[in-house]
Amino acid sequence: MSALVDGRAAAPLVNASRFRAAHEGEWDRLDQLVTRMEKRSVRALSEDDILALPLLYRSALSSLSVARETSLDRALVTYLEQLCTRAYFQLYGVPDTATRQLGRFFARDWPLSVQALWRETLICLVLTVAGVIAGWWLVATDPSWYYSIIPDAMSGGRDPSASAETLSATIYGPQEGGGLATFAAYLFTHNSQVAIFAFALGFAFTVPTVLLLVYNGLTLGAMLCLFASKGLGLNFLGWLTIHGSTEMFAIILAGAAGMKIGTAVAFPGREARTEAAVIAGRSAAIAMAGVVLMLLVAGLLEGIGRQTVQSDAMRYGIGLSALAGWLTYYYLPRRQEDQDALAA
Amino acid sequence: MRWRRNRVPKAPASLRRSFVTPEGVDLRLELASAGTRASAFILDILILFISLILATILLSLLGIANARAEIFLILWLVGAFMLRNGWFILFEMGGRGATPGKRLLGLRVVARDGGRLTGGAVIARNAMREIEVFLPLSFLGKQAADGAADGFLTLFALCWTGIFLFFPLFNRDRLRVGDLLAGTWVVNNVRAKLGADLVAARAEQPRRVFTDAALDLYGIYELQTLENVLRAGQDDAIATVAATIRRKAGLPDDGDDHGFLSDYYAALRVRLERAVLVGRRREDKHGTAVRR
Repeated sequence: MSALVDGRAAAPLVNASRFRAAHEGEWDRLDQLVTRMEKRSVRALSEDDILALPLLYRSALSSLSVARETSLDRALVTYLEQLCTRAYFQLYGVPDTATRQLGRFFARDWPLSVQALWRETLICLVLTVAGVIAGWWLVATDPSWYYSIIPDAMSGGRDPSASAETLSATIYGPQEGGGLATFAAYLFTHNSQVAIFAFALGFAFTVPTVLLLVYNGLTLGAMLCLFASKGLGLNFLGWLTIHGSTEMFAIILAGAAGMKIGTAVAFPGREARTEAAVIAGRSAAIAMAGVVLMLLVAGLLEGIGRQTVQSDAMRYGIGLSALAGWLTYYYLPRRQEDQDALAA
Repeated sequence: MRWRRNRVPKAPASLRRSFVTPEGVDLRLELASAGTRASAFILDILILFISLILATILLSLLGIANARAEIFLILWLVGAFMLRNGWFILFEMGGRGATPGKRLLGLRVVARDGGRLTGGAVIARNAMREIEVFLPLSFLGKQAADGAADGFLTLFALCWTGIFLFFPLFNRDRLRVGDLLAGTWVVNNVRAKLGADLVAARAEQPRRVFTDAALDLYGIYELQTLENVLRAGQDDAIATVAATIRRKAGLPDDGDDHGFLSDYYAALRVRLERAVLVGRRREDKHGTAVRR
C-alpha cells in the first residue's frame, strides 16, 4: 500500500487546470494591454484593444473570484490578483490629461479653493495686521526693540542709527550685487520654499504657522516705524507695495491653507478625523499651488519692477492694481459647478 | 506572571487591505512596507542629487564659457526649485502614479477611496515632505552649526520632528503625514508571471498513488508551502521535505525526490480541492475539515 508507480490511473486533472487552460489566453491579452498602458499610455492601444479592455477586465475579475473559491493553486490566485489590481488602476485610477487638469485648475479649482479659505484668510490677515501694529508700537516706544526683531543679516544697514539719506538710498538706489532677473529668480524660489514650509507646518495644529505670520507682521511693523520716524513712511510703503501686495497676500494665503489643515485635524466637526483632513488637505494643496504662482509674479515685480520703476505713484499704481486683480480673480462670484454626469 | 496569561494572542499585523471594486470583487491590496518606501525615497533622492550635480557642472561650464552667465544662474535657481518640489509631484501626477524610485521597487500611489489620483492630492502629499524630511534635516544642520550650545532645545526639536519623520511606523496603514492629508496610500504593484501548472504537468505520465491515510497528513497551509518548495526548485529543500513526508507517511525512499513530491502535491491538491468544493476546508494539518 506504499507509493507504487502506477499506470495511468484516472487522470486527476483538477478543475483548476481545465479552468486555467480555458482562460489563459484572455489573461495574457489583458496582461499585454495593461503593460502597454503602463509603459506608454492609453493612446498606445488600438480601437479593438480599447473595446476589448473592459470585457477582458471583467472576465479576469470573475476568474479571480472563481479561482479563490475553487483552486488551491496559490500562484494562480496571486497572479490573478496582481493582474486585476493593475487593470483596475489603469481603468479607474488614472488622472486626467495634463492639459485638462491645467485648464480646470485655472478656471475653477484655484479660485474656488482660495474662496473656500476665506475664513482662515481673514484670521491670518488680522494676525498679520496685529503683528504690524505690535512691531510699530514696540519700536516707537523703544528703538532698541528693532535690533531684537530684525536680524542683522536682513536689515542690511537699515537700522535706527542710519541717516535719512542712507535709508532713502535703499529705497531708490540700484540693487547691489547681481542682475535683476537673478534676484527675481532667487526671491521666487526662496519665498516659495518658505510658503510651502509654512503650509506644511500647519499640520502641527497651526501653532508654528501663526507664529510665522505674526513674526512676519512684526518685522514689517518695525521697518515701517523706522522709515516713518525719518519721514520716509509713504515712500517705503510704495517701495513695498509694488510687490508686497502680491507677496503678502500669497503669504497670508499660505498661512490660511496651513491653518485649514491644522484646524481640520484638531476640530474635524461632523466628519471622521481622517476624512476631514483629506478634504481640507486636497483643497488647501490646490490653493498652495496657486500661492507658488503668485510668488512667481511677486518675485518678478520685486526683482525687476521695483528697481526699474522709481516713481512712488507708479509703484502704488502697479501694486494696488495687482491686488485688485487678485481679489477679483478669487472672490468674484462664480456660477455653480455644472454637474458633469460622466465625471461624477 | 498572571498578567501574561490574560493577553489575547494578536494576529500578525498584515499589510493586506480589503478593497472592493465597483464590480464587487475584493482585490485585497497589499500595502508597501515602511522599509520599501524608505528605499524608494532614498533612490529618488540619489537620482535627484546626481542630476543636480551634473546640471550644476554643465551650467557652470557653459556659464564660464559664455558672456551671459546670468541666464545660467537663473536656470540653476529655478531648476533646483523645480527639482526639489516638482520631481515627486510631476511623476506622481503621470499615468503610472510613481516616481522612478517607486517604479523600480514596484510601488504605486493610489487614492484610498479607489478613485482618480487628483492633482490636489499629489501636491498635498508632497508638500508635507517639508516637515517630514526637511524640518528634521534643518534642525540637525543647525545643531551641527551651533555645536552643543543648546542641547535640550535641539533634543526637543529632534523629538518633535521625529514624530513627523517616523509617522508611518505609528499607524498600521503605513501612512505618511502627507498620505494622511491627501487621502492616498502606497501599494505594491508588481508585475507577476503566471507560474507553470504543477498538476497538469504530472497528468500525462505514470505516477504514484497514495493512501487516504498518507493524504490526510496535511492541510491547505502545508499544500501551499509544498507548492512554494516545488516552484523554487532547490534540491536540498526538496530532499528535506520529501524525506519528512516519507517518514510521516511510512513510505520507502524510491530515489526520485522531485517526482515523489510532485505526485504527492498533485494527489493532495486533488483531494483538498474536492473537499473545498463540497464546503469542507481544512486550513492546516492541525485542523479538521471545517464546514463553512
